[in-house]
Parts: sequence; C-alpha cells; structure tokens
Amino acid sequence: MTTDIIARCRGIAAAHAHLDGPLLPVLHAVQESFGHVPVAAYPALAEELGLSAAEIHGVVSFYPDFRTEPGGRRVLRVCRAEACQAMGAAALGEDLKARLGVEWHGTTEDGAVTLEPAYCLGLCACAPAALVDDRPLGRVTADRLERLAREGSA
Amino acid sequence: MSLTLYLPLDAAALALGADEIAEALRTEAEARGLDLVLKRTGTRGMVWLEPLLEIEENGLRMGFGPLEPADVPALFDSAFEDHPKALGPVEQIPFFARQTRLAFARCGIVEPLDLDAYRAQGGMKGLERAMTMTPEEIVAEITASGLRGRGGAGFPTGIKWKTVLEAEGARKAVVCNADEGDSGTFADRMLIEGDPFCLIEGMAICARAVGADRGYVYMRSEYPQAIAMLDASLRVAREAGILGDHFDIEDRVGAGSYVCGEETALLNSMEGKRGIVRPKPPLPAHKGFMGRPTVVNNLITLASVPAILSEGAEHYRSFGLGRSLGTVPLQIAGNVRYGGLFEAAFGMTIGELVEGVCGGTASGRPVKAVQIGGPLGAYFPRSLFDTPLGYEECDAAGGLIGHAGLVVFDDTVEMGAMARFAMEFCAVESCGTCTPCRIGAVRGMETIDRILAGDPAAPAILADLCETMRAGSLCALGGFTPYPVESALRHFPEDFGGAREAAE
Ligand SMILES: Cc1cc2nc3c(=O)[nH]c(=O)nc-3n(C[C@H](O)[C@H](O)[C@H](O)COP(=O)(O)O)c2cc1C
Ligand code: SF4
Ligand code: FES
Repeated sequence: MTTDIIARCRGIAAAHAHLDGPLLPVLHAVQESFGHVPVAAYPALAEELGLSAAEIHGVVSFYPDFRTEPGGRRVLRVCRAEACQAMGAAALGEDLKARLGVEWHGTTEDGAVTLEPAYCLGLCACAPAALVDDRPLGRVTADRLERLAREGSA
Repeated sequence: MSLTLYLPLDAAALALGADEIAEALRTEAEARGLDLVLKRTGTRGMVWLEPLLEIEENGLRMGFGPLEPADVPALFDSAFEDHPKALGPVEQIPFFARQTRLAFARCGIVEPLDLDAYRAQGGMKGLERAMTMTPEEIVAEITASGLRGRGGAGFPTGIKWKTVLEAEGARKAVVCNADEGDSGTFADRMLIEGDPFCLIEGMAICARAVGADRGYVYMRSEYPQAIAMLDASLRVAREAGILGDHFDIEDRVGAGSYVCGEETALLNSMEGKRGIVRPKPPLPAHKGFMGRPTVVNNLITLASVPAILSEGAEHYRSFGLGRSLGTVPLQIAGNVRYGGLFEAAFGMTIGELVEGVCGGTASGRPVKAVQIGGPLGAYFPRSLFDTPLGYEECDAAGGLIGHAGLVVFDDTVEMGAMARFAMEFCAVESCGTCTPCRIGAVRGMETIDRILAGDPAAPAILADLCETMRAGSLCALGGFTPYPVESALRHFPEDFGGAREAAE
C-alpha cells in the first residue's frame, strides 16, 4: 500500500463530498480505480467525508459488491436466481466451480478469474445468464463462460 | 445508396449477440459499397427473437430474427425481403399485437437518446400538460387514474403523492426505485435502456406535483448498460433544459444487496449507510431521503405517469380489472418458449399468458409451476392457472403479483429444492435486524432438509417457523419468504417425500 493510493482515495472522496450521501459513490469510484477498497484508505476516506473508519468498515462489509482484497483480472458473475435455475443454473454453477477450482467469491490460483454469484441480472428471458465484467451473456454454457472469462486475462 | 436498419442495444439483445450482428452488418455493407445507417434502439421485448433486426418498408417495420452473423450476407442478397429469418411486420407478431403498450409505447422503436424522436412519438405531452396544472390537479389526476405502485405492494400512487405534497419541508425529493432485484423481472432495465426520457418525464411530473427540487434514480450494479444509458439521458435532458436548477436528477448505484430494494433500506443506502430496513413510522413521505419528505416509487410506476397525463385518467382506468387499473408490464421468463415483456391490461389469466401467449416451456415439456412476483412470491400450480393477473386476484389465490415477473418451470423442477432455495436466499440477503428473518431462514433450510430426508416431525416445525417469520419480521423479506416455501409444500407435496400427511 503506497501513500500514493491513499492520496488518490482522498482525492476521490473530496471530489464527491458535495453530494448528499456521498459514501456509496465514493466506494464505487475507489473500487473502479483500484479493483478493491483498500482498508488502509479508510482513515483518509473517513476524514474527507466526516465519518469514522468504523462506519466505513460497516458499510463496506454490508454490501456484497465491495471487496477489500484485489480480485481476479476478470470478474465472472453467474446468476443463481430462480429463472436461471429453471434453465439449469444450479448445475452450471457447480460445473464452473469445478472447472475454475474455486468456491463462490473465490479467485482462480493464477489470479485470472473471480467467480461471484448474482441474484438476477435482468436477463431472465434468456437464462441462464452471466456477466463477464460488464458484458452480458445469455443462454450460457460452462464451456463458453470459462473461455470468455479466461480470454485475455491469462 | 443509403440503408437504414434498426437493431436493439438492450442488454438482453447484447447477451444474445446483437453487437456481433452489428459488426457483421457493417462489414457486409462496406463490402457492398452501401452507406449503412444502423439505429440502435431498445428492444421490443420479444427476447426469444433477439437479436431482432428491423427495416422500414412502406411505413411498416419488418423484422428478421433471431439472427446469427452467418445470416447476414443472405439478408443483403435477399434485399431484406425473402429470407428464412423474415418475420413480417414486427407489430403484427401475435405476442406484440396482443399488447397494450402505454409505458412501453416507444420502447424498441426509437433511439433511446433521440429527444426529437421521443417528442415525435408523443413524448413530453404529459409534462407539457402538467405544467399548465396546479400540483393539486396533477395529484388528483393520478388518483383518478387508479395507478398503484408497480414495485410490489400496490399502494395507490395518488395518495402517496398527496402525502408528500402536504408534508412540511423546505426541500422534497423524488426517488425512483430501480433496484429491480426480483428474479424474473427486467421491465425497469428494459425501459431505461429503451426509453429513458419516459422515466425522466414521469419524475419531472412527480416533482412538479409534490414540489420536489431533486430526483434520484437508485440503480443496481448488475445493470451496467442501464446505468450508462441513464447517465447519458440525464446529460441530454440537462442540455435540453428539461432538467436544471429547478429540478435535476442524479443516479445512485447499489452494491449487490437485494434488501436495498425495500424503500427504507434504499434510503439508508442512498445516504451512505448500511442497507438496513428502518421501522415505520416515520413514513418516507414524511421523513425520507436526508429527512426530507420523499416520494419513493418504482420505475414502472413513474414511467406510467406521462401517458396518464397525456391521455387522461379516464383513458388509463379504462384498462384493467377490479381495483387493478391500467396496464402492467408482465415479464415472462425462465423455462418459457416465447419469453419477454408483455404489457397488457390487468386481468389476463396466468394460463392464457403462459400457455396461450408464451407457448408453454422452452424445453417442450409440460409446465409444472409458475413463480409470480419474485423470490418472495408464491408458486402457482396448473390448477390455479385460471387466476387473473391482478393485485387482489393473486392475493386471493394465496400469492402476490409483485413486480409482475412470472418464472416458468417444467416438470423436471424439484419443488423441495426451490423451497429450500427461498430460505437460502432470505438467509443470504437478510439485513439482520430481525431474528425470525436472520436466524429463521437458516433454520428453515435445515428443516426443509429434514423434511426431504423423511423426518416426520419436521413439517410441523417448518409451519411454526413460517408463522414466526410472518409475524415477527419488519419487512417482506422475512415476512413473505413463507409464500414460496408454503406454496411449494401445499401444491407439490409429492416433491417433499410424502410430507403431506404430517403437514395436514
Ligand atoms: C425485500 C424487499 C425488496 C424490494 N425490492 C424492490 C425493488 O427492487 N423495486 C421496487 O420498486 N420496490 C421494491 N420493494 C418495494 C419497496 O419497498 C416500495 O414498496 C416501492 O418501491 C414503492 O414504490 P411503488 O409504490 O411505486 O410500488 C421491495 C420491498 C422489499 C420488502
Ligand atoms: S425481515 Fe429480514 S430483511 Fe426485513 S428488516 Fe427484518 S431482518 Fe431485515
Ligand atoms: S434470474 Fe437469472 S437473470 Fe434474472
């Protein structure tokens, strides 16, 4: 953790401080920049936003999207909700875990892919569905998902 | 020669390869020396036909789909006429022709950021009329229309707006709930990606009616394309002076928590807090975002407002059934042959929609169950398929219509596993405030496992647990999880290994 990252987090917080309720926009922007929300930046974020570091921790830990450690080079979000289950999402999830050698929220050993569960991606009429980073995919197979998730991230 | 084609940019179309089709069209047009004008629209909502390409001929939009890149050269060869994927006039496809499109009138037709096209298709008429009315008159019009919240609870929108109009407060807010976490629902997403000005217009009308100076759209991070489209549309609306100092809209993005769709958890989340449900009172209408009187409405509720103002309350309430007036964007998903969004007057029966309009399952096997209203909604067996889709009607059949998502399952589904999943979902998403929800859901999973293992004492324990969750939960996450669990058990006892005798 360099002082540079902390300084940049401080800058992000300052840029959003005028908003009513700036914390979530700040955390999203920090995670967008660094791939995670560094715990070492909590005091700086807290100071800029007039909160305590404990409050920041409370919020970061509440929301599934925020991670405090770097994830894989790509994030694969696979829908586990009912409409996708109606089209085989349960088996798909098991298959992917086995192929990638991870549990949900896990990152492959080579750091290429993080596997996250999602509860609906709004792609329920072309289930089962997934997102590779921000790219939506419908009627997916484990084969295709593994390939796309590893593509360019090896 | 110039050639104008229409192709959706909706996330579902992208998920099925729309960008690959766009690429193939460009390549082919270039090779043939044609000047291609490719207009990227929202989707018509016929997801099984995506990617669905359209071309205008004699004032009619002709469709081709579902396309694969390999279809493209032959499309050009056929001069966009006689092609194996030709569908004829898109609006005459039965799934589309049977709809009544009010909120989705422009979706799939216009380019989402083309404000002139929006106006040419009837947009902004509602807001223009609202500007000639007093706030009280606008509220009265909404009340008279019979519009009820499309987020799930079905609360009368006019009454909510009246409460905020009459509330004391130097500043007031309009919050659009676009958290859309229910499995089987995508209406909010489809509207934002296909016709975002409709939402902006609805929010501007609401702001005028209640005296709000600020609007917020709470989006979900699972919808990256919708977030980008909303942001772009807000910029266009600002440049056009529709938004500005008098009333402006910001977007806020959630972070993967289902319970943040509950309105008070949503307000906490917008304020930068943990997404925990607040006890009521105070109502958000009195003390909402940053303590200001706040309207929290679902996106479809707000997107229904422009048509009510432009066509009048009488027109709107001429659709529907009983106390469910107007139209509802039904979303049919899961194992379904023709899945997508079907906006229609309330009152169609489940069977008519699922088997008549949507052709039954995608697998071709018999429909076994339909879950209506998301993860907190009941499973309906075929014997209840004559239930009309309306608030009171679904309630009387032991379920709820919710945000109007229908998830279809064929006869291979194991309802014991679905009941267990309902408890698991509640356990994962619980905000932790109430013990019956936080602990009960975990106990529920264990108890369902015991039922499935044949423990004769377990069904009574589950019934007890469901009663405790219903009675002791602050919000519908804990309070309604018994709907999917108990409906599965009630209608499909054979999937619980003979639990019926013990449960009765
Ligand atoms: C757990 C839970 C999740 C909810 N999720 C949503 C949602 O995603 N979108 C929504 O509009 N309403 C949701 N609601 C309902 C909201 O609390 C609220 O009733 C609604 O936003 C009011 O708007 P309406 O009157 O226009 O329906 C949820 C409620 C609960 C208990
Ligand atoms: S029922 Fe569950 S989600 Fe709702 S307030 Fe209680 S603990 Fe939170
Ligand atoms: S249930 Fe999987 S995308 Fe909606």
